[in-house]
Amino acid sequence: MERYNRHIILSEIGQKGQDKLNQAKVLVIGAGGLGCPALQYLTGAGIGTIGIIDFDIVSKSNLQRQVLFGTSSLGKNKAIAAKQRLEDLNDSILIKAYPEKLTHQNAVSLFSEYDIVVDGTDNFEARYLINDASIISNKPLVFGGIYKFEGQLSVFNYNKGPSYRCLFPNTPEAGSVPNCSEVGVLGVLPGIIGSMQANEVIKIILGIGQNLSGKLLCYNALNLQTSIIKIKKSDNEINKVLEKSTTFQQQNQPSIHCEPMSIFVSIQDVYQQENIQYIDVREVYELPEVEELPLTSIPLGDLQNQLNKLDPEKKKVFFCQAGVRSKHAVLLLQQLNIENCFSLIEGASSINSFITQHKNN
Amino acid sequence: MNISIKYFGLIAEITQREHETIDFSEDSLTELLSHLYLKYPSLKDQEFQVAQDQELISSETLLTGKELALLPPFAGG
Repeated sequence: MERYNRHIILSEIGQKGQDKLNQAKVLVIGAGGLGCPALQYLTGAGIGTIGIIDFDIVSKSNLQRQVLFGTSSLGKNKAIAAKQRLEDLNDSILIKAYPEKLTHQNAVSLFSEYDIVVDGTDNFEARYLINDASIISNKPLVFGGIYKFEGQLSVFNYNKGPSYRCLFPNTPEAGSVPNCSEVGVLGVLPGIIGSMQANEVIKIILGIGQNLSGKLLCYNALNLQTSIIKIKKSDNEINKVLEKSTTFQQQNQPSIHCEPMSIFVSIQDVYQQENIQYIDVREVYELPEVEELPLTSIPLGDLQNQLNKLDPEKKKVFFCQAGVRSKHAVLLLQQLNIENCFSLIEGASSINSFITQHKNN
Repeated sequence: MNISIKYFGLIAEITQREHETIDFSEDSLTELLSHLYLKYPSLKDQEFQVAQDQELISSETLLTGKELALLPPFAGG
């Protein structure tokens, strides 16, 4: 077939390999920064059935890296918009769009319809759900994760190999690790990591080369350093998931997709507002000091013991070194039903530079 | 012994370096982490795994002087 000629003339693939690709079924979860490039190459390669699940809609800030979308896709569901673009790219394969959230209720039955699962999500709740559902449904999982200029890539649950929980057994607490929408990401980075995910999928289907089962690849786009770390299988972690498999579908869906953005504020927005209490949740000895703001100092670890220092009449704005601990503080206070709390997206040194600049103007 | 440590992602932002070599006399990872927590208090808030010589290790593993890496999980996609 002319479409796949450049694959077929490779001796490692040939018509036989191309037939395997045409018969394969791959589910991509999240049509975002990682999902878009992965989907583009999987579609080009002629994967016979491709599923795309995403509940999110395309927004303008996605276009910097989510290469399947254009201005005409704005406001559309990502799974549906991706399917439309991909059907134009390759009209000889079946593409199924699921414009919905992946949940404990639908994950296992959805995975069972596919051979390989690709994780292109952007939060830990979804990643652990995908990991556990892939163990229960016994499907290989091609994992990618990104942070600013760095990426991680692995293949989990391949031939009973290690899983994501063997690498990171402890689920990070909600809000402890920022995602792209909070800290930014180099647009080309998910392009690289997502393409590498497509490459792992294709190698698994063809049975050629070595895939990243049992290994974590760490890539740094700034200095081009690549490290490959060996991961040991933890039977204990995998058994814990399997033991819960009968009740898996009854589990309540944790709040996937972050916290409401309304807890974040910028110093530019609040600096001139009145009736604000600024709370520094860093340790008392941490530098730089923020001398220009009237401050209450409550280290995060001691927050619950010092709730009396919070002024119930004021809007409470928390900050720290990089915006992570302050977000943590706000989430903690939300759980305690303490309202009117916000986290500054800027850390201490950015706050100082803003104030200096503001005064100079 | 001299221990070379690589930091990744958010961990490198906390330590404000991607790499450092420290002179450390103990051979337990737990001791080394306590030392790093004193030096970088915000590390305590972070979830990460440690690899020695490109292999994940647990807190009981003895340090051999080979390169360590502190790897946080990445949420983004």
